Amino acid sequence: MALRVKALESILVEKGMVDPATIDAVIETYESKIGPRNGARVVARAWVDPAYRKRLLTDGTAAIAELGYGGSQGEHMVVVENTPTVHNLVVCTLCSCYPWPVLGLPPTWYKSAPYRSRVVIDPRGVLREFGVTLGDDVQVRVWDSTAEIRYLVLPERPTGTDGLNEEQLAALVTRDSMVGVAQVSASRRVTA
Amino acid sequence: MNSIHDMGGMHGMGPIEVREDERPFHAEWEARAWGLMRAVNPFGPNRRRNFRYEHEILPPVQYLQMQYYERFIKVLVDRLLEAKVLTQAELDSGRADPASPRVTPRVTPANIAEQIARRRSLRRDDVRIRSKFKVGQRVRARNINPVGHTRLPRYMRGHLGTIVSDHGVFGFQDTDAQGYTLPDRPQHVYTVSFTARELWGDAANPRDTMHAELWEEYLENT
Repeated sequence: MALRVKALESILVEKGMVDPATIDAVIETYESKIGPRNGARVVARAWVDPAYRKRLLTDGTAAIAELGYGGSQGEHMVVVENTPTVHNLVVCTLCSCYPWPVLGLPPTWYKSAPYRSRVVIDPRGVLREFGVTLGDDVQVRVWDSTAEIRYLVLPERPTGTDGLNEEQLAALVTRDSMVGVAQVSASRRVTA
Repeated sequence: MNSIHDMGGMHGMGPIEVREDERPFHAEWEARAWGLMRAVNPFGPNRRRNFRYEHEILPPVQYLQMQYYERFIKVLVDRLLEAKVLTQAELDSGRADPASPRVTPRVTPANIAEQIARRRSLRRDDVRIRSKFKVGQRVRARNINPVGHTRLPRYMRGHLGTIVSDHGVFGFQDTDAQGYTLPDRPQHVYTVSFTARELWGDAANPRDTMHAELWEEYLENT
C-alpha cells in the first residue's frame, strides 16, 4: 500500500494536480490541531462551569464554537451526558461518521466491522471488551450517526478530582471516553 | 443498498482491537493517503456518484479485506481513471505521461485550513416545510430496500420507535440505483429512539435504546 500511495502522489504531483506541501499541511492539521485534546477541553470546561455545561447540552454546536472548535464534520453537534443511570455510546454503523473538530479522525476500531456490527446489538458486551462493566440499573443509549448530527459523549467526572483545575481535568479525559467506550479515571493521564 | 457496509446487528466479525493510542495515523502511507484525498484538485464531471455509494458497491469480500484508507484510495483512483485524468499505464509505470496536460494545484497550504474549518451544512434553512411528526410521537421505520445509497439501516426497518427530536430540514442524501443524488427533496430529519427489545427481541436488555437520525420519508404513522 505504501508504494501504491507514493506512486499515485508522485504522478499527481507531476501533473500539477496536487501540491505535496498541501498534503503536509493536512497531515500537520490532523496530527497537531484537530484531535481529542479539543474535545477534552470541552469536557473539562463543562465539568467546572455549570452554565457552560447547560449550554453544551442545549446547543452543542454553539457551545463548542465558544472554545474555537467547529467546521467540517462538526456542523451539527449533539452532546449526550453520561450519568450514574445513563451511559451513552456512539457509532456509525453504515460508515465512519465522527465529530472531527473535537475528536479528530476516528480510530481504526471505530471504523472496523467488529465495532460497527456489534455495538448496536450487544452494547454491553462491547463495553465489557473495552473494560467497562455497567450495572443493570444503568440504561445504555447507542447513537447511530446516520445523518448529519455528530455526537460527543460528556463523560462523568471521576470522584477524587475536586482539587484539579480545568487543565488538569482535561488531561484525564480520553478519546475513548468521549465516544462512550470508556469511563474517565482520576488516575490515568493522557499523554498526547 | 443491502450490502456489507450496512452491518449493524451482524455476528461473526470477531473481537474489537481496542488497544490503540490517540494518534490519527499509524503508518506514513495512511497519512499521505488522507492528505492526498483532501489536497487533490477538483476534477471530472460536476454530477458524480455519491462517494459513500462508491464504497458500498465494492464486493463485500473486498470491502471487508481492505483497510480504511486503502478503500479511500481505491475510490479516488477509480474516479481519476473514469475522468481520464489518470491512465492505467501511468499507474503501472509510476510516472505521469509526458504528453498529459499539466495544471496548477488549486488546493494550497494557504487555503486548506480554510477548507477544513468551513461548515458544509446540508441543513436547508431556506426551505420551510411543516414537520409531519411531533416529538414524543410513535412512528414506524418503513420497510424499504432501495438499491442506491440510503441512510436507513436495515436493523431499524419495519420497527416501532419514538421521535426524540426534530433537527429541522435537510437535503435528502439517498441516491438512485446508479448512485446519483435524487432530485432535490429537502425534508425534516428526526432523532428516533428504538428499544433494544423492539429491535432485537426479548433477550435484549429492557432498558437499552438505539437512536438514529432519520429523514421524514423513512418514517410512517403507526
